[in-house]
Amino acid sequence: MILGQAFVPDPLTVAEQWRLSGRGVAIATVIETWGSAPRPVGSHLVVDTDGNFHGSVSGGCVEGAVVGEAIEVITSGTSRILEFGVADETAWKVGLSCGGRIRVHVERLG
Amino acid sequence: MRLEHLQSINKARENRIAAVTVTALDGGASSLYLDGEAVDEVMVPAVQTALRTGKSAIVEIDDRPLFINVYLPPPRIVVIGAVHISQALAGMATLAGFDLSIIDPRSAFATPERFGQTALFADWPEDVLKDAPLDAYTALVAVTHDPKIDDFPLISALAADCFYVGTLGSRKTHARRVERLSKAGLDEAAIARIRAPIGLDIRASSPAEIAVSILAEIIQTLRTRDVMGGRSV
Repeated sequence: MILGQAFVPDPLTVAEQWRLSGRGVAIATVIETWGSAPRPVGSHLVVDTDGNFHGSVSGGCVEGAVVGEAIEVITSGTSRILEFGVADETAWKVGLSCGGRIRVHVERLG
Repeated sequence: MRLEHLQSINKARENRIAAVTVTALDGGASSLYLDGEAVDEVMVPAVQTALRTGKSAIVEIDDRPLFINVYLPPPRIVVIGAVHISQALAGMATLAGFDLSIIDPRSAFATPERFGQTALFADWPEDVLKDAPLDAYTALVAVTHDPKIDDFPLISALAADCFYVGTLGSRKTHARRVERLSKAGLDEAAIARIRAPIGLDIRASSPAEIAVSILAEIIQTLRTRDVMGGRSV
């Protein structure tokens, strides 16, 4: 049965296509949230070596920083856990203006 | 994540099978479980909870932090009836991330001119559902007003534990439906799961507004009850 195609392609489908076409890919995943986090635990952002990305781990607040870290993870192969809190000029360049906190796991797609 | 795991997850979603990944946050090996396959004994409670609730979370097992991520099949809406409401619902549901298909044996209604790219089956539900059975991640919306067309998929949806079962009809129409379904052998609790009249009460009037109320009710149901409908996994 052919079903209606979802309007926005799934990040993991995009990640598979990218990897199979030879691109380096990292998968970022929300693993923990506190307070009013914009994306639920389990949400994915996928990133390639050139910084192309698909999906989201927040409402667009921290994706830029995650993409930068993800490119390093693709090179090193070592997973990282990132934590983002409320936007605070002194502590973070980026943050969540909604007041929540999130932890994001970033790993290379083998 | 290993590419084989990612491919298995994507394949499982395509085949409407739930999958669970366990990622060691201290950098150790990760594993993947598909619903219905054997699970390492130590992981059984965490994997079962994830499948039942659809919620991903960090758990500690043997003092190691593990991230359990659950991938449920994408929620699907099967609409019985290629009517005006279905035209509006098709566009909205696709935007909201649902797979949607429409079944109506009346070929005058089920035409590509009226439905564009939407998956459309101009056949009896009995025939279409044989090849693509309903499941717990499916919402069934029956809107033909015709018992000859609606009753079979309604009964099938309750038997398949569809997370949402809704149908059009006034109280009087629904009372007659309840009578027919009781005669067909359905118990009271099963029949009570049918949302009729369909949709949240937002005083919807036009077909598009009724589609909004139906989609809102489907989302509310999806997000407020155990996704597996309490069935044991």
